[in-house]
Amino acid sequence: MKKFAALVLALVLCLTAVVSLADGIAKEDVKFGVILLHDEFSTYDLNFLNGVKEAAANLGLAEDQVVIVPNIPEGNECYEKALDLADEGCNIIFADSFGHESYLLQAAKECPDVEFCHATGTMAHTEGLANFHNAFASIYEGRYLAGVAAGMKLNEIKAAGNLKGDAPVIGYVGAFTYAEVMSGYTSFYLGAKSVCPDVTMKVQFTGSWYDETEEKAAAEALIAAGADLISQHADSMGAPTACENAGIPNVSYNGSTVDACPNTFIVASRINWAPYFEYLYTQKVNGEPIAADWTGTIETGSVVLTDVNTAAAAEGTVEALEAVKAELIAGTRKVFDTAAADFITKGGEALNSYIADVDTDPAYTPDTEVIADGYFHESEFRSAPYFDVQIDGIELVNTAF
Amino acid sequence: MNSVKSNSTREPLVHLSKRVEISPVKAWLIRIAAFIVGMIVCGLVAIALTEKLQQNPEKIADFYNCFIRGSFSTTRKLWKYLRSTAILLCISLALTPAFRMRFWNIGAEGQTLVGVLSAIAVDFYLGGKIPEWALLLLMLFAGLICGAVWGLIPALFKAKWNTNETLFTLMLNYVATYLVTWCIIKWVPNGSMSLGKLKTGKLPAVVNDYLLIILVAVTLTVGLYIYLNYSKHGYEISVVGESENTARYVGISVKKVIIRTMILSGALCGLAGFLIASGLDQSVTTESVGGQGFTAIMVSWLAKFDPIAMVLTSALVSMLNQGAAQISQDFGISGALPDVVVGIILFFIIASEFFINYEIRFRKTDRNVKEVKA
Repeated sequence: MKKFAALVLALVLCLTAVVSLADGIAKEDVKFGVILLHDEFSTYDLNFLNGVKEAAANLGLAEDQVVIVPNIPEGNECYEKALDLADEGCNIIFADSFGHESYLLQAAKECPDVEFCHATGTMAHTEGLANFHNAFASIYEGRYLAGVAAGMKLNEIKAAGNLKGDAPVIGYVGAFTYAEVMSGYTSFYLGAKSVCPDVTMKVQFTGSWYDETEEKAAAEALIAAGADLISQHADSMGAPTACENAGIPNVSYNGSTVDACPNTFIVASRINWAPYFEYLYTQKVNGEPIAADWTGTIETGSVVLTDVNTAAAAEGTVEALEAVKAELIAGTRKVFDTAAADFITKGGEALNSYIADVDTDPAYTPDTEVIADGYFHESEFRSAPYFDVQIDGIELVNTAF
Repeated sequence: MNSVKSNSTREPLVHLSKRVEISPVKAWLIRIAAFIVGMIVCGLVAIALTEKLQQNPEKIADFYNCFIRGSFSTTRKLWKYLRSTAILLCISLALTPAFRMRFWNIGAEGQTLVGVLSAIAVDFYLGGKIPEWALLLLMLFAGLICGAVWGLIPALFKAKWNTNETLFTLMLNYVATYLVTWCIIKWVPNGSMSLGKLKTGKLPAVVNDYLLIILVAVTLTVGLYIYLNYSKHGYEISVVGESENTARYVGISVKKVIIRTMILSGALCGLAGFLIASGLDQSVTTESVGGQGFTAIMVSWLAKFDPIAMVLTSALVSMLNQGAAQISQDFGISGALPDVVVGIILFFIIASEFFINYEIRFRKTDRNVKEVKA
């Protein structure tokens, strides 16, 4: 009888072991492979690098549990590198650049046991692969908050009678006429408009994600054209430097520029990727599936603002931002609020319906209705932004890109 | 002349003299010594610049091991290494006929890039509409022709107006890059600036995805070796390279040779572009060639424009590059250090050629001189 009991006990133990194995993998077996387009000298890649390092520190990962591969171009090399990383035992392989996607997808099809995760991509929800995932963050909420800080600053300049023209004008330096950029500058503009209703904005594109000379020149041109405040969606120090030289307030992106621009830097928004890496780790350890599209939010800690530079910002900015942030988290305030009167209009008409290009196809056909319940549902049908409406109040200086 | 002067002025402490001849064994010993010294120096530089190595000096073995692991640690890496070598070899071979003619074509980057671009353009517009074999054939022709045209333009200007081919070919690289940007803006209306991988126009697998490109490179090496050394064209190229006046004197049309050779050089770059387009990326970016057009100049030069020796030099440079990538992955160093390491080693190898061609002589001491006089 004792023998039988021991046997049963042993069997039960074995079974639970098997079950727990099937559920997830041991913490020390998780191994990240992170593919970067450039290296830490690019602010874009640095943001991912910092994210994965922060996550590794929070999770207590050993040094050999994170392999970082910089300078992988958007071509076959990305596919080969992903397979190399799988060979080396990585079970979560991540790539950070938009153009990496089709090559990472190719690797995902060959290694069904490894998770492949891609930031900024658009294909996961239509490919339907169990091991291929996209991620982004609702950075439009961060832009909106930064826009509120900008609007308050403009109100202050206006009250002091220091506007360059009759009404406040924002200058914005963008990279390309791409949905990610358009979603960014529109939400920034709407944030400003929510506190400063008569504001208008001029956007100038540079045709490059990183070109310090061009970005500086674009900011200077906007300042000369009457901009009272500048913001940018491009990765260099070009625009912040131009602002500091000209004494024009600047709302930055990707990180604080307060050290270089102590008199003009107000605040910056950025995506923190650490929560996504932590999410991936947790799902893998618990044996839970990873979402095809994951959108980080203010709540998950993925969308963050830097410290407000009180030397340059309008009075009360910190408190106002806290209040708006709480409303965004609670869902009582929507960034792309199409129901509010005179807030989002196109050709003078309210925007009540919009078909966006959410599913990737070679002809770039719009396919999904994204306005419902009085707001534009950004980053809900897929994680990467798809807001590309040209709304009233925003003038595009050049559109060659 | 020297002996006359030496009576009145002191002979310099060190002086160089051209070697009359050097035994191949000695030449190779000098090259190998240069490589080893280069390796040691880059190890020292790496220790000076890397915290990880300063804390654990024993990891220096891992550092050197990267050069092996980067290319040979798995079967996949070995195949990939052979294929990268093959592509670099193709571009280097393409440059060689022009270099033998002393036509300093530094436009391989652009000639290869227009090869990629034109092949992808054919794929973009015709992919899925015609049979795959016909598509590949058209892509190949497009690559060859556009590469040839990109080589022909500076050759025409050189032949007609004696323009400087170095500047001309260099500038055409930038034109090619902006042409790619222009096409992508046109082809990708959503502004993402990324064409993505096309679904058609893939080079068929022979055994695997790597072998066919390697076979092309081998064939090209043998073909070019024969063309340059055993054909009338090859002889004409050599004569023009030695002296244009001699060429004219013996009745060779220099203009014709320049134009013909640059068409060949450009077309072979276009072939490499086609291989990149159909065998690797199935897409085009401004970085599709990734600087290999410039690296190829060094590969061709190191091999003294000999196609067979180029197999070795391209294999070496390719191994160094893969090793550098491995270093950056294993040691968490990114950016410049791996390039510095490759640069140092190549610098030593290039410098070794100097010591093969020249001999350093030290001034004999007075006592020796006396003895000689006595």
